[in-house]
Amino acid sequence: MRKFQYAMCGLLAVVVLAPFSWLVISSISPADDLAGGSLWPSHPTFSRYADIFTSGPDGIAGTFRVSMVNSLVVASATTLISLVVGCLGGYAFARLRFRFRRTTLFAFLAIYMLPPIALVIPLYLALANLALLDTQLGLILTYCSIVTPFCLWTMSNFFMSLPSELEDAARVDGCSRMGALFRIVLPLARPGIVATAMFGFLLSWDEFLYSLIFTSTSNSKTIPVAIAEFTGKFSSDFGLVAAGGVLAALPPVLLALLFQRYIVNGLTGAVKG
Amino acid sequence: MKPVHVRGEGRFAAFLLLPAAIVVFGVVLYPVLKTLLMSFYKVDSAMPGSYPFAGLSNYTKVFSDPSFYPVLGHTAYFTIVSTAAELVLGMGVALLLNAPLRFKWVWRSLVVLPWALPTIVNGALWRWIDNGQYGVLNQLLGTEIQWLGSPFLALNMVIVADVWKNTSIVAFFLLAGLQTIPAELREAAVMDGASTWRSFWQIVVPLLKPSIAVVLVLRTIEAFKVFDIVYVMTGGGPASGTQTVAFYTYLQAFSNQLFGYGAALAYMIVIAVGALAMFYLRLLRQNQLAGV
Repeated sequence: MRKFQYAMCGLLAVVVLAPFSWLVISSISPADDLAGGSLWPSHPTFSRYADIFTSGPDGIAGTFRVSMVNSLVVASATTLISLVVGCLGGYAFARLRFRFRRTTLFAFLAIYMLPPIALVIPLYLALANLALLDTQLGLILTYCSIVTPFCLWTMSNFFMSLPSELEDAARVDGCSRMGALFRIVLPLARPGIVATAMFGFLLSWDEFLYSLIFTSTSNSKTIPVAIAEFTGKFSSDFGLVAAGGVLAALPPVLLALLFQRYIVNGLTGAVKG
Repeated sequence: MKPVHVRGEGRFAAFLLLPAAIVVFGVVLYPVLKTLLMSFYKVDSAMPGSYPFAGLSNYTKVFSDPSFYPVLGHTAYFTIVSTAAELVLGMGVALLLNAPLRFKWVWRSLVVLPWALPTIVNGALWRWIDNGQYGVLNQLLGTEIQWLGSPFLALNMVIVADVWKNTSIVAFFLLAGLQTIPAELREAAVMDGASTWRSFWQIVVPLLKPSIAVVLVLRTIEAFKVFDIVYVMTGGGPASGTQTVAFYTYLQAFSNQLFGYGAALAYMIVIAVGALAMFYLRLLRQNQLAGV
């Protein structure tokens, strides 16, 4: 049984790592190797990475760099805003009793599940009227409307899993509700906050449809859109797109590896409610 | 416990929820209603202006549109095959991650990787792997197949790419469920002479049923919305063979400028997803009541 399990782990490693390595190998293979069908680059080259980091913002390589920066700004701001408002609201759902509590929670959840395609046309027109098309701010506002319900939901589940005795004790000692939230509850909820922030960042980093429709230039184009744009154009020299893909994968992969122990706990709430 | 509504708590709750409500409903409310309104008008350009009222004709058009049924078929096929594959493979991976093996963090990190890879990068990567002329798949197999060149094969290759990425999240969901099953329960069954296979079917699967149900509903919702991987891998082709409902809606609205029809299509997705979401919430409630 053990032997079988380790064999399956080996198989898992091959299935997961083979496509990943192919992405990395393609990014360092000279164009001739890619077109000639060799599995290993004869002369590995990092020139594409150098291009991405140094060339002007107009070429393909430069577009990747600028889009990476856009993605970083948009995803970080979205995560920060959503996390703050999500923590406040999530606490209300977890600890306070008020009218329409369930209805409000479900309304937020319904928004999260709404397909973006149902909102994208009027949002496009609204952003155009506000002169927010092709701006980072326009994307941040839009992304917050998806990521906030998610943060609300996971944070509320997490707050519910915390014992309320400490809070009650602080309240008896004369701490205000707000004081108890900031001094007792939020420090206790740190693992939940970290997990939620990671999920939120990945969610905004991955978003595609809104960015595809709302952005057009290096002002705000995000990395998924830049990669999609150049994937179709170069069917034989995938190298540059591969290098861009490796860089685009780095932030979410590093975050996920760093905080992997939170992932399973973070998902428990989505199963148990 | 009967809910007691304390006035002070209600106010404090409103105060805490206000920022989130502004951030979410401030952005979403107008487009939700506007799309609904648009679906009743014959809107055929992005320009603002007055368009003729169309009643329900955009909705009835969905059912008389001959290209819609194949699209629905692709979506159903994609949903069923990818969800089933992800469930079976995800269950295997979850059991593996739950087993008392050495180097646990290595195996878990491996499973994290595809999940963290951005969907668009995943699609671009598989498009390159499946490339008929330069693709590594043909090199490894020694074949010369145009993997993305014929409609049905291309649809299956999109499913392969989706399964490779999303099996991870299914596995983590099931692992979260598995960790709530006490190990003694399975050990006791094995002591009693039950085979591993039997203890899996008679103990693990029944106890995991709530998690499985939740995963199925959530994955189905995602599959209904699938757009980006199709966009980057095949662009809906060849011969429209990989168009899904969400992708078709995008084409109608943005390529053909049929915004009214696109809005009606979008609301059909909303209705389908809404029904599934209700089902999901009921499952959650049952799970809560069952105390799992």
